Amino acid sequence: MRQSIVMLMDTPDETLATAAAAGDRAAFSALILRHYDRVQGLAWRLTGNPTAAQDLAQDIFAALPVKLRHWRAEARFTTWLYRVVVNAAHDQRRRQATRARAAEGWGTWEIARQDEIVSDRERLDWLAHAMTQLSPELRDTVALVLGEELTQAQAGEVLGVSEGTVAWRMAEVKKRLRAIAAKEAK
Amino acid sequence: MTDDLDDLKAALRASPLADPAAKAAAVRLAMENFDRLQGSTDPARLMDNRPQDGRGSRSGVIAMFKKFALRPALAATTSAVALVAGMVIVLPLIERSPVPVAVEKPKAIAEGGGAVLELKEELLADVPAVPAPAPMADDASGAQAMTRMALPQADMALAPEAAAMPEMTAPPMVNTEAFANAPANPVQVTAEVPVSTFSIDVDTASYAMLRQSLNAGVLPDPASVRVEEMVNYFPYAYAAPEGDQAFRPTVTVMPTPWNAGTRLVHIGIQGALPALQDRPPLNLVFLIDTSGSMDEPMKLPLLKQSLALVLPDLRPEDQVAIIAYAGSAGQVLPPTPASDRATILGALDQLAAGGSTAGAEGIALAYDTAKAMTAAGEVSRVLLATDGDFNVGIDDPEALKGFITKEREAGVYLSVLGFGRDNLDDATMQALAQNGNGMAAYIDSLSEARKVLVDQLSGALLPIADNVKIQIEWNPATVAEYRLIGYETRALRREDFNNDKVDAGDIGAGAQVTAIYEITAPGSPALRNDPLRYGTATAGGGEELGFLRLRHVAPGQTTSQLQETPILPEMAAPGDEARFAVAMAGFGQLLTGATYLGDWGWDQAIALAQGARGEDRFGYRAEAIGLMRLAQALGK
Repeated sequence: MRQSIVMLMDTPDETLATAAAAGDRAAFSALILRHYDRVQGLAWRLTGNPTAAQDLAQDIFAALPVKLRHWRAEARFTTWLYRVVVNAAHDQRRRQATRARAAEGWGTWEIARQDEIVSDRERLDWLAHAMTQLSPELRDTVALVLGEELTQAQAGEVLGVSEGTVAWRMAEVKKRLRAIAAKEAK
Repeated sequence: MTDDLDDLKAALRASPLADPAAKAAAVRLAMENFDRLQGSTDPARLMDNRPQDGRGSRSGVIAMFKKFALRPALAATTSAVALVAGMVIVLPLIERSPVPVAVEKPKAIAEGGGAVLELKEELLADVPAVPAPAPMADDASGAQAMTRMALPQADMALAPEAAAMPEMTAPPMVNTEAFANAPANPVQVTAEVPVSTFSIDVDTASYAMLRQSLNAGVLPDPASVRVEEMVNYFPYAYAAPEGDQAFRPTVTVMPTPWNAGTRLVHIGIQGALPALQDRPPLNLVFLIDTSGSMDEPMKLPLLKQSLALVLPDLRPEDQVAIIAYAGSAGQVLPPTPASDRATILGALDQLAAGGSTAGAEGIALAYDTAKAMTAAGEVSRVLLATDGDFNVGIDDPEALKGFITKEREAGVYLSVLGFGRDNLDDATMQALAQNGNGMAAYIDSLSEARKVLVDQLSGALLPIADNVKIQIEWNPATVAEYRLIGYETRALRREDFNNDKVDAGDIGAGAQVTAIYEITAPGSPALRNDPLRYGTATAGGGEELGFLRLRHVAPGQTTSQLQETPILPEMAAPGDEARFAVAMAGFGQLLTGATYLGDWGWDQAIALAQGARGEDRFGYRAEAIGLMRLAQALGK
């Protein structure tokens, strides 16, 4: 049952996932070590916040043993995993929507504090600015296509929409960016 | 074009490195849960069981941080990242004109707030009752069309309310419309530029768009206003041509309402209305955009209803085909006799939005279908219905224009019907229609669909004269200065008038086209330019103000015919038709800056239009007066 680490490193994701779903501890361990960075990266692209991304990644990993029971090897493991991450991010957004209202009172105080540290965060802020101008659907699509470098077909598979819809959304993103730039240039 | 995305991509790829401690913690937690799961058959509710480490408050703070990211202090950085700012679209006709056309940046259209909407209702109550649209027909088909109309209107009544309630967390809608426009025509000195040449314009998109803006409680973007399209939106009762003439010009000279020192020369061109029963069979290919962006009540559903309105007016020998494009183009309905209404309506009903737009591929298929349907003596037309989004594989409108220009020579006409406002690419629409021997119309309601497609079915769909160009030579002895009102995007070079290879607008059966010049006599106090001290002596031309030349190509022909008329100064009292056209020209100028109007304002424009309503069988003029009142109130 126990395999060497070297062997595990060469084993395809799908094989590891199937083994892990069947209870192989070493396979599961290898799988999550291999994919933590990817999950955390996508989580950051979806949430735009490192702390939130860390929390989200932890939640996903904590739930992964159960989720793996639904693994049917019908898709590539990474596609399946991306779908898990996107769904978890959606759940998080929904939860935050209710909490956000309670937090608004802190805004004024925080704005003053943020002003002091804004200069060294400029580039990240541009990204955040651009991303917040996009609807959640467009943001998810951008995170997958640009951030994870998925093809439009793969992104469509993750998001459960057609390839054409992904292509349309990316064209939409382009237009929004252009419009933002035009507005800023005024 | 990809630069924008590259920046975003670079920023996104530079994700913060995973924190080893966080990674270790996550892996440890995962392994614990994995182990626990192996020892228990209890369907673990791990998401619910995870340690509650004060996450509730923290998530709130995170959401707060995201709000800060919107602050305008970041503007400098953003422009440093240098995305494309603005867009320059060169229109086909303008390529030959000395003035490059810069398309102005569209403004965001704000949704009408409650206060504005109330104001609007007050105003509308003030407007004399608009006569109910004439019943479509007293036969069964007309009745069917009327019932079809009732449903979507109910839908539409709901739509604005939904739009007025933006979701708390929704990002601001970015308006990505692009408009075709050019600076207003300047005053020309006759001695320097005696000849004015332009192509007729039968498009009406600009008027429908400004109507929609005003009804939403916002003054239209001046860049979206094309004065000649506002004037030409309305049917006028000009004198009909006699004999076998294709059209007849009527010239009226009248005092300028906004300037005592100038006169207006109103040129109304009436197209012949061939007996409708003699019209050749029509082949209509509907090319329908079913991309994801069309999935809105004012787009695909309205489009379906609009096309359904056309069917009762077609004849059994007419044929209809439907092609949908979104991602891939496909024939939804093969050429079908118009009498087979059930099949056509069934195909329309099955259209659903989804996928991206591949306009070029769809257009190629539509033209192929149209050409295959055309038998000798028949007229074929492609009706492209879209929100103006050509975004896959055809980022280059030039290539698309080139294609359409080529196809035009095969004798297939093109009409472009625009739907929806948020990303309507007006400039591309215009360019396509101008290159494809066709017209562009913007459809914002079912009544507009009826006007464009049904009331004017014969005119919109049955061309009687192609490449109609107007050239006027002004007489410097009687006209020192002149200015053409509108037609900025339609200017032609003087030599293009005689060049049949240069494309121009087409006129449909029974249609009217109006052009208005403001002229100033020598010695008038209203002259804007001082006379030249060493100016050339003006040769006499008698009393004539100028000489009007009209050129057109009969459908199916290649060489043009010329019609010439002198413009004489005698002043018959201008009729309702000319005065209403002038009121609309004033309306358009008031919306675009009113450089030449002096003290003449909304009150005067409204009074002029009110006094020239005439019969107004369909209520179009009454509606325009309501819009003028609305614009007056919004501008205050």
